[in-house]
Amino acid sequence: MKVKAPEAPKSPAALGLMAFALFWIALIIVLPLINVLFEAFRTGVAPYLSAILEPDAVSAIKLTLLVAAIAVPLNAIFGIAAAWCITRFEFKGKGLLLSILDLPFTLSPVISGLVWILLFGAHGWFGSWLDANNIRIVFALPGLVIATVLVTLPFVARELIPLMLDQGTDEEIAAVTLGARGWDVFFRITLPNIKWALTYGVLLCTARAMGEFGAVSIVSGHIRGLTNTLPLHIEVLYNEYNTVAAFATASILAGLAVVTLILKTLLEWRFADELSAHRRH
Amino acid sequence: MTTDTNLSAGDARLETNGRSPHQIKPEGFKPPKATHRTQHVLPGFHASLGITLTYLSLIVLLPLVALVLRPWEAGLDGFIRTVTDVRVVKALQLSFTTAFWAAAVNLIAGLVVAWVLTRYEFPGKKIIDAIVDLPFALPTAVAGVSLSSLYAPNGWVGSLFDPFGIKIAYTPIGIFIALVFIGLPFVVRSVQPVLAEFDAEVEEAALTLGATPMQTAIKVILPSLAPALITGFSLAFARAVGEYGSVIFIAGNMPYISEISPLLIVIKLEEFDYAGAASVAIAMLALSFTILLVTNFVQVLLSRRGRA
Amino acid sequence: MTKSDASRRQFLKTVTGAALMTGAASALTACGKPATQSLLNVSFDPTREFYSAYNSLFAKKYATGGKAAPTFNQSHGGSGKQARAVVDGLKADVLSLALAHDIDAVAATGLLAADWASRLPNNSVAYNSTILLLVRKGNPKDIKDWGDLVKPGVQVITPNPKTSGAARWNYLVAYGWALRTNNGDEAKAQAYLEALFKNVPVLDTGARGATTTFIQRGQGDVLINWESEALMSAAKDGAQFDIVYPSLSIAADTPVAWVDKNVTANGTEALAKAYLEGLYDEDAQTLAAQHFYRPTNPDVLKSFADRFPAIEQLNIDKDFGGWTTANARHFEQGALFDQISAKIFKA
Repeated sequence: MKVKAPEAPKSPAALGLMAFALFWIALIIVLPLINVLFEAFRTGVAPYLSAILEPDAVSAIKLTLLVAAIAVPLNAIFGIAAAWCITRFEFKGKGLLLSILDLPFTLSPVISGLVWILLFGAHGWFGSWLDANNIRIVFALPGLVIATVLVTLPFVARELIPLMLDQGTDEEIAAVTLGARGWDVFFRITLPNIKWALTYGVLLCTARAMGEFGAVSIVSGHIRGLTNTLPLHIEVLYNEYNTVAAFATASILAGLAVVTLILKTLLEWRFADELSAHRRH
Repeated sequence: MTTDTNLSAGDARLETNGRSPHQIKPEGFKPPKATHRTQHVLPGFHASLGITLTYLSLIVLLPLVALVLRPWEAGLDGFIRTVTDVRVVKALQLSFTTAFWAAAVNLIAGLVVAWVLTRYEFPGKKIIDAIVDLPFALPTAVAGVSLSSLYAPNGWVGSLFDPFGIKIAYTPIGIFIALVFIGLPFVVRSVQPVLAEFDAEVEEAALTLGATPMQTAIKVILPSLAPALITGFSLAFARAVGEYGSVIFIAGNMPYISEISPLLIVIKLEEFDYAGAASVAIAMLALSFTILLVTNFVQVLLSRRGRA
Repeated sequence: MTKSDASRRQFLKTVTGAALMTGAASALTACGKPATQSLLNVSFDPTREFYSAYNSLFAKKYATGGKAAPTFNQSHGGSGKQARAVVDGLKADVLSLALAHDIDAVAATGLLAADWASRLPNNSVAYNSTILLLVRKGNPKDIKDWGDLVKPGVQVITPNPKTSGAARWNYLVAYGWALRTNNGDEAKAQAYLEALFKNVPVLDTGARGATTTFIQRGQGDVLINWESEALMSAAKDGAQFDIVYPSLSIAADTPVAWVDKNVTANGTEALAKAYLEGLYDEDAQTLAAQHFYRPTNPDVLKSFADRFPAIEQLNIDKDFGGWTTANARHFEQGALFDQISAKIFKA
């Protein structure tokens, strides 16, 4: 398949589209971002640095990264498995499966947190059993992870399914016919083909996992230094009338999002040859 | 389970997701690729389906069963009384209509942004591509505080509209702005991979056959993007309906006027009314799920028309 | 970690285990010393600075008694939400919340004695605050008392009583003032509240949001707020507004209690009691005053008289029959506030 390479916009229509896109991104995304940075540096660099180097902020950063580091791989593995069985096989109830896969998007974050309280809270289904066995789920790390997993569950699968459907199975079937084994087919053929969609999915999942507020807020318990993720730490700072520190910490999250995107760009450079080989196909 | 390779009823079911390439290509233009074959050829059916079902059951279904079973202690009456309360109905209306319009605006703006990001080369493109995801990463509460400071009557943007008597923050327009903010990446990221992988030969063929670029865009490219666009729309919509953190700072939260459904859930939780909170949640969930099913149905129709 | 130690601090266990895995254990070094006790104080939002100062004060005093200095974990959030988290299994050793009602809600599940308020002096209120009015610099709308809030053209900022404890205090003073002014005529007091909420353009979900709306967003002519938050904003945001002490306010009592079941399970009973009793010591009372809370020790209060002017205060128990009665009358589903909302906003 041949893919159209991006080129410089020439026609008036192209320039018009570009102008609109840039204006829209400036208005909807850049302006709020600038506002965050403006508030973060309102009183200068020193308060900014002290806000982000404070021990509670550092432990919130560590916790946020830890939660994302557990939740994102789980959802990536799930996403690949789900996309594989949905796009490569025919079976009854697939439509229903797809709709269930979308369900987490329709849940209000408030609900995505509340359901875990209904299951694992002191008065939840498993509450007394967990208590008797000294197992902590909600108001501890496992609660933060499962709430994040639920909120970000469909991202990877949702990126992979359209692309894998579009690409079809010709290459994979050819490989199997020629005697390739299961994992070989996956790693040699499928994975290179879905690499970019998978990267997108993982990036979205990571960004969303780190920024998630509503659901995590319900299962966290808000213990400073222990169960406060970055978004929750920001809320606490804000509620303490510590606006500068709140926005300074928020800018870290915005920065983490940009870092993940830089990683993606680096990957693109690193694998540029492979990519063009794939496109020549 | 069928093992045929023809387009059968099984295919139609698959295309509730609607992403078969067949729908977009003129018949006979290029031999259609076989999209799916039998599970006997490709390996891993049982393993992948097993993982998928187990994971979905534990992470999605089990908690939802707990939610759905929660509100019945006050009986069906209690549930009906809660969800037919005028205040709840008004809040549901507000949440669903503003989410719809925000998703509609994102559909168009997101398509343009995705198009520009995949088709054109210009300085700073990588940075712009990167910051499209910002609404995902920024905690919603930060977004809310930031947006309300921009769109308040004394804010950078709000002050431009204030002289004309237009209030944005603390009205339903403010809610709309917040929902546009959080929904944009859904449309862009749904469309982008498909657009990037779009078969250039099809496009070139259309141009060779005498189509103008505009005709090519509308008649050839757009139909093939339709499933991705619908996915982006429904994801942005579903996300917007449930959004809480960014909205409460800019909404004004006046009962019956600018009070969103998730806020009502929070209010009921503050009253330790778990049953009431679960009732509103189930009403929202049922409405959103219905809308997702409808969009899935539309995708099926589109894919059938595309193939005809 | 030994098993007995783990049972004492089970809460930390999961977090610690995971943190060790990722080499983040440095943040939790205190866990290594088995003799150290740790206490989880679940509190409402703006008490953080006070408690971080009090925790180090208390730790020093406790250690001089020959015991190992305890470590503290602090959780802050909206008062009602914090109570709910404890009900749902957050293992708080002590509660320090914005309303007695929220502690009652925890007590209702049997986690602590129903008569918790009588276990410490002054109804378990070691420090409190009161409700006052913030107006724009120079008071352009000439707002002096509750009656001025219903004048046409005056916009009032207050949070939503359904989601904010502070807003309930605000609402109750306004109602109490209207009752008194109208010689106990409830219909007239209700009419006053209707007129008041007609003048409210934004109902934020919490006190902090309302303060931002008023100060940073420039909305409204008057903000009804905690005295502690008004003084804190004045200290942080400078003099962009004036403080008006109305003719009548309310003792916004913010009580404390230890959670019986959790302190028994954690073996922190003695520590929790000492911790809360210490709040009544003169040095702790002074610390509270320095962090803008009114000390309940009358001598300490007197020494901060210029910070906390004397003001006539209603009392939740004496004037409103306690929180259970007040909630049923005003704030529960379908109660007076919902009726008022329906009447003025439904149209």
